[in-house]
Amino acid sequence: MTARVGVITFPGSLDDRDAARAVRLADAEPVPLWHAATDLSEVDAVILPGGFSYGDYLRAGAIARFAPLMERLADAARGGMPVLGICNGFQVLCESHLLPGALTRNASLHFVCRAQRLRIENAKTDWTRAYEEGQEVVIPVKNIDGCFIADPETLEELESSGRVVARYVDVNPNGSLNDIAGICNEAGNVVGLMPHPEHAVESLTGPSSEGLGFFVSVVQRMVSA
Amino acid sequence: MTIYGTESARPAVDTVARAAETPDVALPYAELGMNDEEFARVQRILGRRPTSAELAIYSVMWSEHCSYKSSRVHLRKFGDKAPHSDALLVGMGENAGVVDVGNGWAVTFKIESHNHPSYVEPYQGAATGVGGIVRDILSMGARPVAVMDSLRFGAPDASDTRRVLDGVVRGVGGYGNCLGLPNIGGEVVFDPCYGANPLVNALCVGVLKPEGIKRATAPGPGNQVILFGAGTGPDGIGGASVLASATFDEASHQKRPSVQVGDPFMEKLLTECCMEIFAEDLVVGIQDLGAAGVSCATTELAAAGTGGMDVNLDLVPLRDPTLRPEEILMSESQERMMAVVEPAKVARFLELCKRWDVPATVIGTVTDTGRLRMTWRGETIVDIPPGTAADEGPVYERPYERPADLDALQADSPDKLPRPSTPEQLRDTVMWLAGSPNLADKSFVTSQYDKYVQGNTVLAMPDDAGVIRIGDGPQGIALATDGNGRYTRLDPYAGAQLALSEAYRNVATTGARPLAVTNCLNFGSPEDPGVMWQFARAVEGLADACQALGVPVTGGNVSFYNQTGTTPINPTPVIGVLGVHDDVTRRVQISFNVEGMSLLLLGETRPEFGGSEWANVVFRHLGGLPPRPDLAAEAALASVLVGAAREGLLDAAHDLSDGGLSQALLESCLRGGLGCTVTLPGDPFVELFSESVARAVVAVHPEREARVAALCEAARVPVRRLGVVGGDSFTVEGQFSIPLTELREVYQGALPSLFG
Repeated sequence: MTARVGVITFPGSLDDRDAARAVRLADAEPVPLWHAATDLSEVDAVILPGGFSYGDYLRAGAIARFAPLMERLADAARGGMPVLGICNGFQVLCESHLLPGALTRNASLHFVCRAQRLRIENAKTDWTRAYEEGQEVVIPVKNIDGCFIADPETLEELESSGRVVARYVDVNPNGSLNDIAGICNEAGNVVGLMPHPEHAVESLTGPSSEGLGFFVSVVQRMVSA
Repeated sequence: MTIYGTESARPAVDTVARAAETPDVALPYAELGMNDEEFARVQRILGRRPTSAELAIYSVMWSEHCSYKSSRVHLRKFGDKAPHSDALLVGMGENAGVVDVGNGWAVTFKIESHNHPSYVEPYQGAATGVGGIVRDILSMGARPVAVMDSLRFGAPDASDTRRVLDGVVRGVGGYGNCLGLPNIGGEVVFDPCYGANPLVNALCVGVLKPEGIKRATAPGPGNQVILFGAGTGPDGIGGASVLASATFDEASHQKRPSVQVGDPFMEKLLTECCMEIFAEDLVVGIQDLGAAGVSCATTELAAAGTGGMDVNLDLVPLRDPTLRPEEILMSESQERMMAVVEPAKVARFLELCKRWDVPATVIGTVTDTGRLRMTWRGETIVDIPPGTAADEGPVYERPYERPADLDALQADSPDKLPRPSTPEQLRDTVMWLAGSPNLADKSFVTSQYDKYVQGNTVLAMPDDAGVIRIGDGPQGIALATDGNGRYTRLDPYAGAQLALSEAYRNVATTGARPLAVTNCLNFGSPEDPGVMWQFARAVEGLADACQALGVPVTGGNVSFYNQTGTTPINPTPVIGVLGVHDDVTRRVQISFNVEGMSLLLLGETRPEFGGSEWANVVFRHLGGLPPRPDLAAEAALASVLVGAAREGLLDAAHDLSDGGLSQALLESCLRGGLGCTVTLPGDPFVELFSESVARAVVAVHPEREARVAALCEAARVPVRRLGVVGGDSFTVEGQFSIPLTELREVYQGALPSLFG
């Protein structure tokens, strides 16, 4: 059975079609989900794509968390459904308190778009099991509000419980604490990632195809579940 | 109401009836940029004085920006000399040209200036420049798929350049990034002549099915006119404020912002909304609102359609309820579109707008009266034949004359400048140029732009052209923009041809077949005969070159009055060339990736240094003649590059232009992280730094050298083995060897140290 992976489109979502393409390339079926819908169309997993939901007015992700679909999503996520928030999606997950911490303005105060080297620190989550711990991959990062911060206790908790999923290597593009590029919840089904694996699924259009593993991971989980 | 006085205290609206009864009311037409003759012409057309609302319409529609009144007689040459092209689906005169790229796909693209607003308010000026050109592409029925930006700033060390550059780059990025459009290329050039007059030229490209082309027309009496998108506010109506305050003496209307403010989020919603509207075939005509806002959209739609339209201005959704009708007509509020919709489809149209939270309002009806009539508060305030405003504006044959200083400028040849000759001097020159702001790495700018979004970007800056995959591939398009104000200052005819040559070459270097042209012509005041001569010569040169290369001009934009006081900018035609890739997986990059590849130099090098980066960087010298255009050689080179790419022969290719061979080689080395060693049999200075046209360097597997040489021979393109890829330095045998680490430091460090 083909895994059904939902991709939410908020007003202002930009990478929704890219995420759907990545899902297809991972041999799963992408299912478009509309922000104003009230059910999750029986999907097996959900991606919150990058973009500027609601223009990121007020604060990145702050308005999207109130979208009707987000309530359903929060319940499903707490019930164990795999959820991946990429960039703006990560910001939405933080604003929704499905993940701790916050994403603030880049240290450089500039929008930064670059091919970024990452180290996969936790290869046990629903979205990273296709990788090996310590594996390095190059995928694009592109954001202006990508600086991950959290209070010292939360940071310590994330580090000691292995919930830092990926870390920037060589260059920290946005000033994130501890070079954090991605984190997960305690169960490992909800992952937030500032870089964009969906832009690294074909070597023709991305800096590599090494981002495909995130999507393959969730498909593997569906098969093994 | 206490602020503005009571309703009854407001002056009566200037209606058509009142205009007929009061012929002697003085109107501030001169302050709106209209001369006596133009005003008299409006009176002749109407048989009475215009109402203030009508004057608002005529003054903006007959402005240089909207009417092309000074350039039109020259721009005709693009049509007169247009080469035949089966690919051309929509030519000049629409919102953007459309070309057929095969396999059931069409592409629309256009470049436009937003120079003056970007100096006054760099962020919003640049942002709304991107927004405006994107709506042009959208209004053709296409999905926008990429943007490019061609930028010119003042001296890099001038105090104001940082303000302008920082704001412009943030604006281009802020709008384009938020809109989800990859930025795939462009230019960043510095010259003191742009100090108080930066150039911000934005290009957008969109993809559509040929049967989905939309037109700016309002046919069919009874069809409904819908204004949708953002509300109308007091943006960009400096002119209207003159009118409102002069006519009505309302203090509150005297100070209005003259630069528009952009909301990319609204434009993103508008885009997705339009995509769904187009997919259901809900419009018979559509027009974006840019310069001249509602005035332009209503007159142009009506003039191109059945000919008449009734509009109720009270229905226009306002962000500021105190706006007067003249201000509503002239407002340049962003993110607005106007559609003409059959009555039966209006409900569905409005439903889709609601789904995307896009405000939409029926404000009028198409008629067969031949008149554009507008009412406000129940009274008729506009009643004009729309074509007289949209198409029949004044046309001027401005006097032109070769600038008096040109002979002396051309006689001031760079031949007298002392040239580097020792290995050490040559090495220093390589380094000096590599770290000069015009030639240095532009990542500081381009890293602020999203190039990945939409997932179809095959190549982007710093490759020679941006390449975008279409549909599911393997087909794609390539786009490059180029323009050199110094060349064009020395010889406008040649300068325009050189800009086209370079963009054409850049597209071909990636392996794409050049197909069509768009242009943005940035010049000083047309009232200066010297500038007008530059303009006429540049247009002539470009038209001739397009004919010679077989690529038609599909549209573009003229920007006059780019000057500070009486000093015009260097004339700067920026030319965009669109090319087609049958298979984007065969695209060729500039980077040297594989050790042991042979380097070949294609084309002929002559000692040409007039207007060169060498003369500019080392001596601040501008004089002599620019490189000689050679369009036949350019076409031959392109045929070799395209043929070789198609056969998969090239591991890398890079065009030679600003800074010459030295710059091309070091860029390819640094991009791929591999060095090279070359042998230069001739004068090493000329070989390294000449800017002769129709040249490229290619990296090929040694076994394929013979095949590439055969292609060159067949096309009569001179070819010579330069050396080999490998190592970690840039080495010229017998002269110098520069470690890439050292080159990288100066090349990458220049812009961050100036602007970081």
